Amino acid sequence: MSTSLVLIASFTYLALLFLIAWWGEKRAKSGKSLVNNPYVYALSFTVFCTAWTYYGSVGRAATSGVDFLTTYIGPTLVAPLWWLVLRKIIQICKVQRITTIADLISSRYGKNVSLGGIVTIMSLFGIIPYIALQLKAIATSFNIITEGVSSNTLGNTSFFLQDTAFYVTIVLVVFTILFGTRTIIATDRHEGMVSVIAFESIIKLLAFLLIGVFVTFGLFDGLSDIFSKAAQNPELSKLFIMDDRGGNIKWLYMCLLSMLAIMFLPRQFQVAVVENARPWHLNRAMWMFPLYLLLINLFVIPIAFGGKLFFGDQPVDADTFVLSLPLSSNQTGLTLFAFIGGFSAATSMIIVSSMALSFMFSNNLLMPLLLLNNRFKNRYQHQLGNILIYGRRLSIFFILLFAYIYNKTISSQYSLVSTGLTSFVAIAQFAPAILGGIYWKQGHKNGALVGILAGFVLWFFLLIVPALIEVGLIDASVQQQGLWGASWLRPQQFLGLTNLDPISHALFWSMFFNILCYVGISYLSRASVEEHTQAEIFVNIHKYSNLEESGMIWTGIAYTADLTKTVVNFLGEERAQQALEEFSQKFGHQWKKKPQADTQLVTYLERLLASTIGAAAARLMIASVASDEEISNQEVLQLVRESQELKLLNEQLKKQSEELETTGEQLKEANQQLIKTDHLKNEFISTVTHEMRTPLTSIRAFSEILADNPDLEEDEKVHFLETIIKETNRMERLINQVLDLERFASGQQRLNLQTLDINKILQEAIDSVQQVIQENNINLKVNFASDLALISGDADRLMQVVLNLLSNAIKFSKSNAGEITVTSFQEVAFVRVEVIDNGKGIKKELHQLIFEKFYQDEDQNIRKPKGSGLGLAISKTIIDYHQGSIWVDSEPEKPTKFCFRLPIIST
Amino acid sequence: MSKVLIVDDEPNILLSLEFLMKKQGYKVYIARDGAEAMDMIKEQEPEVVVLDIMMPEVDGYEVCSFIKNDDGLKHIKVIFLTAKTKPEDIEKGKEIGADAYMTKPFSTRNLMKKVKEILVA
Repeated sequence: MSTSLVLIASFTYLALLFLIAWWGEKRAKSGKSLVNNPYVYALSFTVFCTAWTYYGSVGRAATSGVDFLTTYIGPTLVAPLWWLVLRKIIQICKVQRITTIADLISSRYGKNVSLGGIVTIMSLFGIIPYIALQLKAIATSFNIITEGVSSNTLGNTSFFLQDTAFYVTIVLVVFTILFGTRTIIATDRHEGMVSVIAFESIIKLLAFLLIGVFVTFGLFDGLSDIFSKAAQNPELSKLFIMDDRGGNIKWLYMCLLSMLAIMFLPRQFQVAVVENARPWHLNRAMWMFPLYLLLINLFVIPIAFGGKLFFGDQPVDADTFVLSLPLSSNQTGLTLFAFIGGFSAATSMIIVSSMALSFMFSNNLLMPLLLLNNRFKNRYQHQLGNILIYGRRLSIFFILLFAYIYNKTISSQYSLVSTGLTSFVAIAQFAPAILGGIYWKQGHKNGALVGILAGFVLWFFLLIVPALIEVGLIDASVQQQGLWGASWLRPQQFLGLTNLDPISHALFWSMFFNILCYVGISYLSRASVEEHTQAEIFVNIHKYSNLEESGMIWTGIAYTADLTKTVVNFLGEERAQQALEEFSQKFGHQWKKKPQADTQLVTYLERLLASTIGAAAARLMIASVASDEEISNQEVLQLVRESQELKLLNEQLKKQSEELETTGEQLKEANQQLIKTDHLKNEFISTVTHEMRTPLTSIRAFSEILADNPDLEEDEKVHFLETIIKETNRMERLINQVLDLERFASGQQRLNLQTLDINKILQEAIDSVQQVIQENNINLKVNFASDLALISGDADRLMQVVLNLLSNAIKFSKSNAGEITVTSFQEVAFVRVEVIDNGKGIKKELHQLIFEKFYQDEDQNIRKPKGSGLGLAISKTIIDYHQGSIWVDSEPEKPTKFCFRLPIIST
Repeated sequence: MSKVLIVDDEPNILLSLEFLMKKQGYKVYIARDGAEAMDMIKEQEPEVVVLDIMMPEVDGYEVCSFIKNDDGLKHIKVIFLTAKTKPEDIEKGKEIGADAYMTKPFSTRNLMKKVKEILVA
């Protein structure tokens, strides 16, 4: 195929990617996002499927059967767990504005600078060869398609200016810079880039499926044809059987490895966490991504077997079957499409990986290093924002340049698969620190640091050293005799462990020491304040789902002006203004007036910076403008305890204020009751004085008459004096009644309870008024029921009641034709007494009033007859005290019937 | 001989005032409640009414208003004689046209003087 055709196709495809990215960005800006949906999110996960998947799976299947599947079974198995693990990480990263794996780890362990740096360095070491691998795939595929299947010279020896891979690299650098570092804030989503990743994921799947269909149904007669032919081939028939020598354990390690890779590879972290728009999108990715893996692996074995059968003894690398099969069949269009498929798999990986690495490099290595240097910081503080963004762009260039150089020098010796797996093992070293960090509060910075370092060193020794030996950079004696001649320090039989393939072997040992150091040292270390806070936030992220709560406890002094200036340095005037405006909207504008920033503002600005330069650098930046007082763990615990106590106190206060409110209402009610009572009391006093005025008036009048008229007749004189005496008695009676009422009201009056026959009391009372009755010519009838039940009562008090009723009856019965009837009879649980007179009767409205202590209610027109005194009020009080009741049954011009009933003694 | 009506529901008041008025040579009429008093006023048209306020049914205020609102009767002088001592009660009494207001317990001497004055005026 002509080189120019392939070149045109490649660069047209690249141009298309630019177009799509540009379109994606444009849509994002106008609010009609292309990528804000779960399908695009799920598709972006397939950045996992690189050229290694596209070309390498077939190669691996052709040499070792179904082994290749482990790389996809792992992610499939772990996908359901994403809902727990990945979602938690997403939550943490959104809250803490974390943008890379290095940032995640450094944030968790107290925003530690060294930890972030080491993770970054490891990622660079681990991933650059992997990127190189993609470049190699592009170069190799280009050479195959232009120079023919058997061409093995490839581009390795050609001068770089004549190397297509070099130009592709340059284009990718430009692309990544354009769409990956467009804004300075790393937490911003890169919609153009994600659109491209999603588009490429479809291209590579379609291309691979098409090749699969072509091989299976074009070159062969369906699947059964391929498999039956392969079964007859002695070399291929071995591949149907799983390797039993350590094969199972290898599967276990490979699955484990890919499980960790799918979550912690920088590019996976980028698409899954940073580019996540809604946490629930994860839900869709959890089944769509495994489905994609299933589809893309569907034809791997048919193509592998088909290639082997097709080429027979020809020296064609199985890694190239996807390309060489259609090429050898002269299917130009299909070959080109197959090439573009592989190209897309490689480019998407390169774009996302280099971008993720550049963020790591700029935020976790470059910035902290620069900021630690005070001279530099002071000199260039106004250019920090520019330095950051150009640092990022430059790092993309250098990362891809190093990858290109690696591709040109070392990688040619290595197969696609082993480079990928080596990279996986490097990344797996982050797993203990991350998983421990989000589930285990005790996980400590030192543990993470030593664990990762140990894992890194072992990874290098067990996997990289053999590779370097292979290319002749290191003496082979290390391989055979071990480091410094110690046989237990042989890279592939470390500590005497044999029987494992190199990758499983390296994974086992590196993870063993990594976890051992992490757990062991964490147990032995005490966390700093900052780390303690972060650990709490990470592990219990559900409690801190809003940004403001997850603030570091701040005890230092920071000036608002310094802080805002710092933010402006990084974000520029406009973005900084916008961010501060947002802050004001949330928390009010008071901060502008205060020279010293409060915790809220400090935390907010630190997070804002963290989203741009990473947590550790942000911490450095803030610390440099604020005098942060070191506070001890004890103090923090104290603060936490105090804040908890405050919260408790607050709740108690709230409860108390509620109680107070109720009490207040009760008091108000009581007060109203008091006012009413007071009013009643006044009424009572005015009633009593009123009552007293009447006899007093008579006494005075008659006394004056007697004094002014010495010539009075003797009988007149006597009559007037008698009247004065009667009125005096009336006064005395009144005074006694008032005192009685007072005694009852104040509770001083006690009943002297005895077992009584009410008839006896009635008889006694009648006897004592007998004379008056006779004097007034009143006809008294008595009608007592015999064998009345006994009652419990105070004889003197009940006597007082009966006498009062009798004297009223005498007073009000018809003069000269008076008639009084006294009856007693039994009711079920009471004895009842009635005193009936033939007076004028009492109006219904007065029936209640006459038992009151007062003449009249001021607002009512009805009034108690004058001179009725307090007798009935006292009678009512006494009967009430006996648990009885008293009432009047009367109508004007009819007999008046006063009744009371008392409870009998229950037998 | 001037006619004086005494209205009170307290027998001893009636007794004492009747004695005093008769001694002064007035023709004395007596009513025990408001309704009786109004009948008596229409019937006898006394020159002076000594009027208690607090009586059952028709009270003294009503009786006074009855007198002062009737052109044929309003020349009748009204002296309130009551246990109601509050300023607003006295005010009310004056408002509805009473000619004098005396509170219980009262001085018989003052009362007699007042009656004499009112009759002369």
